[in-house]
Amino acid sequence: MLDAIFGRLTWDSIILVQAVEQPNINTFITAGAAAMMPVGGVMIVALLTWMKWWKPLFEWLTSVDHKKIGTMYIIFAVIMLFRGVVEGMLMRANQAVGLNGGFLSSDHFNQLFTTHGTNMIFFVAMPFLFGLINIIVPLQIGARDVAFPRLNQISLGLTAAGGFLFMISLMIGEFSTGGWTGYPSFTGRLVNPGVGPDYYILAIAISGIGSTLTGVNFSVTIYKLRTAGMSFMRMPLFTWTALCTSILLIFAMPPLTACCAMLGLDRFLGFHFFTNDMGGNLMNFINLFWMFGHPEVYILILPAFGVMSEISSTFSGKRLYGYTSIVAATMCIAVLSFTVWLHHFFTMGQSATVNAAFGVATMLIAIPTGVKIYDWLATLWGGRIRFTAPMIYLCGFFVLFTIGGLSGVVLASPTLDYQLHNSQFLVAHFHNVIIPGVLFGILAGIHIWFPKIYGFRLMEGLSRITAFLWAIGFILAFMPLYQTGLMGMTRRTVAYEDPALVPWMIVSGIGALILGCAFLSILLTIFVSVLNRKKLMVPIGDPWDGRSLEWATPAPTPEWNFAVLPKVDCRDAFTDAKAKGTAYQPIEKYEDIEMPANTYYGFIIMIMASGLGFGLVWHMWWLAIASLLGAIATAITYAFLPQKQYIIPAAEVREIDEAWRRSAREGRGITRDDEGNEANQGLARPDNITNP
Amino acid sequence: MIDPSTHLAIAESFLQPMGPVAADQLRHLIIVTLLTLIAVVPVMVSMPWILWRYRRSKPKGEYRPSWESNSFLEWLMWGVPIVVVALIGVNLTIMTFRLDPYKELGKDPLQVQVIGLDWKWIFIYPDEGVALVDELVVPEGRAVELTLTTDTVMQSLQISAIVGQIYAMPAMTTKLNFRAVKQGVAEGMNSQFTGNGFWKQKFQVYSVSKEDYAARMKKAQSSDLSLTDDTYAILAMQGTSEEAKKPLAIENRKGPIEMVLGDPKIFQRVLARYMVEDMTPESQPGSPSYDPKKSPLPPASDKPMMGMEM
Repeated sequence: MLDAIFGRLTWDSIILVQAVEQPNINTFITAGAAAMMPVGGVMIVALLTWMKWWKPLFEWLTSVDHKKIGTMYIIFAVIMLFRGVVEGMLMRANQAVGLNGGFLSSDHFNQLFTTHGTNMIFFVAMPFLFGLINIIVPLQIGARDVAFPRLNQISLGLTAAGGFLFMISLMIGEFSTGGWTGYPSFTGRLVNPGVGPDYYILAIAISGIGSTLTGVNFSVTIYKLRTAGMSFMRMPLFTWTALCTSILLIFAMPPLTACCAMLGLDRFLGFHFFTNDMGGNLMNFINLFWMFGHPEVYILILPAFGVMSEISSTFSGKRLYGYTSIVAATMCIAVLSFTVWLHHFFTMGQSATVNAAFGVATMLIAIPTGVKIYDWLATLWGGRIRFTAPMIYLCGFFVLFTIGGLSGVVLASPTLDYQLHNSQFLVAHFHNVIIPGVLFGILAGIHIWFPKIYGFRLMEGLSRITAFLWAIGFILAFMPLYQTGLMGMTRRTVAYEDPALVPWMIVSGIGALILGCAFLSILLTIFVSVLNRKKLMVPIGDPWDGRSLEWATPAPTPEWNFAVLPKVDCRDAFTDAKAKGTAYQPIEKYEDIEMPANTYYGFIIMIMASGLGFGLVWHMWWLAIASLLGAIATAITYAFLPQKQYIIPAAEVREIDEAWRRSAREGRGITRDDEGNEANQGLARPDNITNP
Repeated sequence: MIDPSTHLAIAESFLQPMGPVAADQLRHLIIVTLLTLIAVVPVMVSMPWILWRYRRSKPKGEYRPSWESNSFLEWLMWGVPIVVVALIGVNLTIMTFRLDPYKELGKDPLQVQVIGLDWKWIFIYPDEGVALVDELVVPEGRAVELTLTTDTVMQSLQISAIVGQIYAMPAMTTKLNFRAVKQGVAEGMNSQFTGNGFWKQKFQVYSVSKEDYAARMKKAQSSDLSLTDDTYAILAMQGTSEEAKKPLAIENRKGPIEMVLGDPKIFQRVLARYMVEDMTPESQPGSPSYDPKKSPLPPASDKPMMGMEM
């Protein structure tokens, strides 16, 4: 009877119980992490009750406003980043003392590198980018919301459900030890019968479906909801990269869902897709996984490239150099990204012809990527460069990402891959493109767009310190790994026997410590900025002398984004309007605005998806079946319910919008000299540029 | 005889190449890096210069806010990376064919069969009738061809100082050809994560003179241990080769396990295991409930094996 209810869940599955039964450093670390969740949960519940925040919380959770959904993505990502950074620090600390064995058990370390990778890719980088895309893309194209607001909520719900499964594995059971790539037959039923791989499969499959839907949603949004005059070649670069990423999501996520489903069938129902025996072939999993996995790299990096484009022109007060070139390069990268997946397994035994073809294809990507970097440099050339925090991220990106590109070209050579595959060199390479590339882009993006949504800037000084900490921490933590990789050290190794590696590992450990400080520095920046928000207000909404439409709205942006949808007749539409003096001019006619009403749809789907995942992992079939049927019933019910809208009367819009336009016209504005201080109310005055 | 104490330095990476493949790889690494620097150095040099020249606080260069295109620059920006990638691409293709691990590096290479297990390697010398665990001995200068499979999850055999790596997968064979041109010891390992003992899965590769090689084989041929179904089933249990000595009842013996090849078809039988059987947790080496008594190897199959010879 109990088995029918609890499946294979027993008392011993609960991590805290394990720590009592077998007290040692590994169970204490996991128990400490596991305890943070109930303790944190109780604290959050208490805080919500105390502050009477339950109602506002549910207004957020049921919101379909793209800005609120974007914010929730980013909050989710920051929480997960905390976990990811702590895991990284633990691993590096273990390696620093890892000569012949560190303080972590092998099993614990194996879970750490698996969760770290899975987490950073699926629950940090992707939600961060989806958050930015959600917040900014509708504003940049002059739209009031995304094409499918409720679908957007479901995407968030599915990502959160994946995140829930991933986090609950910290408390109940264990996570996979098979690495973020989860290759069978190591993750197959025979070798790993436990719950770990099931958690892994379900967490990434469920969140992956959410990501596919995000791709659909934003492709349609960008195709269909561009405002009058916003032709493709007038779109801001960030929107372009968001479009490419969305297209990649549509084509790249299904192979992941498919290979997870197939591995799931192997595990749950004894199929033989990837088993050793009965004609199964593990190589097919690897093939499918990287058919997703390589485009995924570009799903992550392209929006970051978009942010870099925005920074280079905004913070040098200049038009973007080579717009057409950059758009072409972005599209080249998007297409080429589907032609290179095999370079992840050059060493699998295929012929030299196949390897050479994919090696060359891989290196082709270096061409458009190089072009983009040159274009951004050319954008700075002839500008007036302001060394704000985003510019520091951009400069760090130039130097460090280029090194990552160099090591990428090295790894693209099959000949060298026979040596460097699976080595620490590879670990150094992908951190080198993901931290200075993706993460720098994300953090810079948050810095520039934060005031747009919340009405106040982040502290400039602290943000600069944060940027430097990330750069220095990254250099110390990962540059040594290039060396240890060349010295023959493999990845995913809990300990090593070569004393020559010790100094490098210690430097790397110090770097990880600095990266931990860099993370705390983000939290500190946000905290101090919130405390000082009165001084940092930018109500007019244009703190950086911005160029695209999102800056032509107040800060914080009202829920309807644009009182009247703007018309566009060139690139950098807002810069153009400011130059012609047409910005902030009064509008004659306001109309009622129809906005989609809040709904519980996404929230219910999240609960159902979490129940489905948890039920499957623990073989609680009743829970899995009930959740699945519940999810289907929810979808059918909502499909028949009329989609509720609510009307914002024209008079209300007029009142708010006219007040904003008036204060913008009457304000003096600031030049870029005062960008970083209190005088910055978000109104830009033509800059006092002197030519030498 | 081989005395490990005379070989103080174990070559752990291709930075100390012991064979032509690793030496070529090292040279190729340097060439690729230098060629790529053609595209990278301009970024590194011009960035500080541009930042300095166009800093807002005290600019030197002219402000050109609407400058956005220059056809000469455009040609340069696309042209330089294209030329660099073309150069590296040609080089890459040539090297990929030259260093194809399936290409034999001499006439009549020494044939060694390799079975990857958790967490040890068995090297079978069919011609000599010998099997060594975690020790690969090759005569200096002679071409060697490894034929690999595993009897657990996927592994990757890597000998950095001589050749690099190739995956080994159950039910399939892969090949790795190499030649050592110096006498010495190279470290070999598994680079594909396979669980708790993964980091200990290292072995030594000895490149020795013909005479030493013959002597080593002779010593192994006189071993009282034999690689048969029983001893193989014990070796297939999870653990390092040191840990396997106890169940083999040789726990006091120093040095790598050496055996007479009791069953010359054992490699083919390991492959055949996955062709004919529906594996259970008890019969699958690497599974936590693996039971040596319940995992008999089938007879070698006449059917052609699934290889990766595309």
